[in-house]
Amino acid sequence: MSENKYKTGFLLDLYRGMALIRKFEERVKYLFLEGIMPGTIHQYQGEEACAVGVCAALEPEDVITSTHRPHGHCLAKGLTPREVMAELFGRTTGCCKGKGGSMHMGNLSKGVVPAVAIVGAGIPIATGLGLAFKMKKEKRVAVCFMGDGATNEGAFHEAVNMGAIWDLPVVYVIENNLYGASTHVSKVMKTKTIAERSVAYDIPGATIDGNDVLKVYEAARKAVKRARQGQGPTLLELVTYRITGHSRRDPALYQDEAEKKKALANEPIGRFSKYLLSEGIAGQETLDRIDKEIDQEIEASVEAAMKAPEPKPEDALEGVFAEKS
Amino acid sequence: MKKLSIAEALREAISQEMRRDERVFCIGEDIGIPGGWGGAFTVTLGMEKEFPDRMINTPISENGFFGVALGAALMGLRPIADVQYGDFLFCAMDQIANQIAKMRYMSGGELTVPIVMRAPVGSTGRGAQHGQSLEPFFLPLPGIKILVPATAYDCVGLLRSAVRSDDPVMMFEHKLLYGSKGARAETGAVDASSEIPDEDYVVPMGKAVVRRAGKDVTIIATLLMMHRSLQAADSLAKEGIDVEVIDPRSLVPFDWDTVKSSVGKTGRAVIVEESPRRGGIGAEIGATLAEEMAEYLVAPIKRVAAPDVPTPFAPPMEKFYIPDTDRIEEAVRKVVSF
Repeated sequence: MSENKYKTGFLLDLYRGMALIRKFEERVKYLFLEGIMPGTIHQYQGEEACAVGVCAALEPEDVITSTHRPHGHCLAKGLTPREVMAELFGRTTGCCKGKGGSMHMGNLSKGVVPAVAIVGAGIPIATGLGLAFKMKKEKRVAVCFMGDGATNEGAFHEAVNMGAIWDLPVVYVIENNLYGASTHVSKVMKTKTIAERSVAYDIPGATIDGNDVLKVYEAARKAVKRARQGQGPTLLELVTYRITGHSRRDPALYQDEAEKKKALANEPIGRFSKYLLSEGIAGQETLDRIDKEIDQEIEASVEAAMKAPEPKPEDALEGVFAEKS
Repeated sequence: MKKLSIAEALREAISQEMRRDERVFCIGEDIGIPGGWGGAFTVTLGMEKEFPDRMINTPISENGFFGVALGAALMGLRPIADVQYGDFLFCAMDQIANQIAKMRYMSGGELTVPIVMRAPVGSTGRGAQHGQSLEPFFLPLPGIKILVPATAYDCVGLLRSAVRSDDPVMMFEHKLLYGSKGARAETGAVDASSEIPDEDYVVPMGKAVVRRAGKDVTIIATLLMMHRSLQAADSLAKEGIDVEVIDPRSLVPFDWDTVKSSVGKTGRAVIVEESPRRGGIGAEIGATLAEEMAEYLVAPIKRVAAPDVPTPFAPPMEKFYIPDTDRIEEAVRKVVSF
């Protein structure tokens, strides 16, 4: 085994985290196409290194906000496949008891604010998490996941500016998958990178290879440390690629074929597997064993979800206010 | 016991809540700047002296800071977020309508969102974008409680209920009722001051009050319109028409018991509001009374409201726009003589 600054267990956890998300999403896609699962989905295939690399740099008490594409963030921050799958099926055992669904997945007890499916709307909320940590003198950090499209929302400017002027412990993580739905980022942004927008707020910004889980982890670690020490926010642009449609049944015809081919060769799990194998950190049989365990866990989550009770129709009337009126 | 204007009473009540509970803080524009106004209408004037770390002055970023308030509330703080003019709530509507109102529901009823939002309303010579009464925009929005206190006593009691509530609460305050002083004094202000008891009383949300008892017709009115309705009732009394005036004080939850029992007694209802008539408070209250109280009604329900146009600037047009005592009296005479 070659010299490596990371412990093998840590590296295998990164692999496991990414493989779990990929396999979970592939299973969910199939369940949708089969017509077994209700609703709509926005999937995370290809972007796994972003969620896993960032969340590996966090403590359990840190809190993240997510987007309309939240499954990966939730699993990476510690929600179980069971509670996520059950929520996708709209069951009472889901993490939001069936009231959230795919787009509002979350569980604050695991550090995930129910996902916000209005593009950019999570940025002010994450900034507010940071304000609370600072006012309460807690050494916690908020991470705001957003897509490239969110950085063109007014909410981005308003919130990142507030995070900056108050030196809040927030890391703004932009998953730049090059497309806002079907529109290429170059059509909606003049700057070459998103990270350079950080200059407007006088906070550090960096563009990172978002398909390299270790590079993501290192960048996140630095930003999280800075935030935890009270030095304020960082803007991290993670360049990645969505190797699936924007939402269910989107064949992504707007993605250039050559670009797609290149992206597939560059996807994070294949790259990291090669790294683990070539560095002698793990053998193929280890990765196969992990894959098999994940497959079993996911199948168990599907089985449990399909057996779990559906909400009563009139449960729709509950949960609006904390106090009866 | 001391007599206070709404601006003074709210300042005291917010300060008391902040002393009582260190999780409470204020967030908004120009709310705690030494030498500033203490918000647009002096409510938070000077509070930064006592609470230097809990008066969060924001950039002009309404959508942003309502979202910040939400994030802080999710982490256990209890923000009081205010806008200078209610009209600016529209800038923050994504955070208010999509996030604050729905966060608890989306979480499966797990999370609590203790946010108080304060917004001045009412047409006061400022034209179309600083004078709207926009309460009706929030009526069909599940997840937010709506308060409309018309006196200093109610402002204090309801503010306390709102801050201590685990739910999002929007409190609309009327510019002509504040009793703001100095450079922020309003032309045409109406005295809404009250004797404020020293004890820590609360006014529960969803409890109306009968401001004037009467047997012939029920007027339902809030904020400035409640004061004008009382005036109209006094003058109608001279004509022998005995008007009951109900101040709901809270639109969500709404005290249907008090309103229905009054209409059950009088058989006649007039709803007065400063916002445009279409889809307004009167439409909601009137439709419910028509559905549920038909057997008691002896005359058609009448609405007195602003016309369906933006708030105009020029004084003669503005005077025409805002319902006045003449229009209220005329509506009452019509239902009484039906």
